[in-house]
Amino acid sequence: MNKSKKWYDYLWIFSAIYLVLGFFNILFAWLGMICFITPLMIAIIKGNKAYCNKYCGRGQLFSLLGGRFGLSRKKDMPKWMRSPYFRYGFLIFFLTMFGIMIWNTYLVFVGADLKQVVTLFWAFKLPWHWAYHGTLFAPWVAQFAFGFYSVMLTSTLIGFITMILFKPRSWCVYCPMGTMTQMVCKIKSHNKEN
Amino acid sequence: MKKAFVNKKYCVACGCCLTTCKMGAITIPRGVYAVIDDVKCIGCGMCAKKCPASAITIKETATDE
Ligand code: SF4
Ligand code: SF4
Ligand code: SF4
Repeated sequence: MNKSKKWYDYLWIFSAIYLVLGFFNILFAWLGMICFITPLMIAIIKGNKAYCNKYCGRGQLFSLLGGRFGLSRKKDMPKWMRSPYFRYGFLIFFLTMFGIMIWNTYLVFVGADLKQVVTLFWAFKLPWHWAYHGTLFAPWVAQFAFGFYSVMLTSTLIGFITMILFKPRSWCVYCPMGTMTQMVCKIKSHNKEN
Repeated sequence: MKKAFVNKKYCVACGCCLTTCKMGAITIPRGVYAVIDDVKCIGCGMCAKKCPASAITIKETATDE
């Protein structure tokens, strides 16, 4: 491909740095909100998937590691994993877990103790106090950061595993953000046609 | 002639195929699913290899066109 690189072809660097920052100060986790709000705003306002198609650093990171670095078997995903049932099912699961995370943040907001843990795969709790140095903000701000970083790290790891087993960007098939933005685009496009 | 076909049910509109196509035959209008421009597509199959959803197949089209 002779196409010259654009500025947005380097956004994978931010995705990589993001994961590292969470090991030093958990509050950086809040930056991940950009990867939630931007794609939805683009889909809602512009009615396209420019975020996935151009700007998503995570997608680029998997392309790079699985493609150029060869960390992928480049095999087809099993059919059930590519099916709409699995994609929408995973979205519902993901949003439910996200809701529980917000609930835990709320509990700290109303006085529960801050839990300085990062939870991997929604099950394994890892002590993570070394990335917490007290906060200028209220404790719930830190609780959200721990919860949100757990989501980001877990989804990256799952994406990494499917990258190795299947194609580099297998994560994109069941990525909740990708599914949601496509849903928004489908609704918008449908409305325009009628 | 060989051409690429997108299975709409499986396409997630991720865009992995977009940058792969040397002919610039693929677009994702309104972010719904990938659309192949039959005129530009040369049926090389690069996009099908990249597609994580395995939503693209290369098929022989009627030769009398
Ligand atoms: S599907 Fe998810 S990971 Fe893939 S490009 Fe879109 S937002 Fe990024
Ligand atoms: S790579 Fe596959 S799933 Fe992604 S937009 Fe192209 S055809 Fe659709
Ligand atoms: S088969 Fe080749 S030319 Fe046709 S859309 Fe796919 S990458 Fe482009």
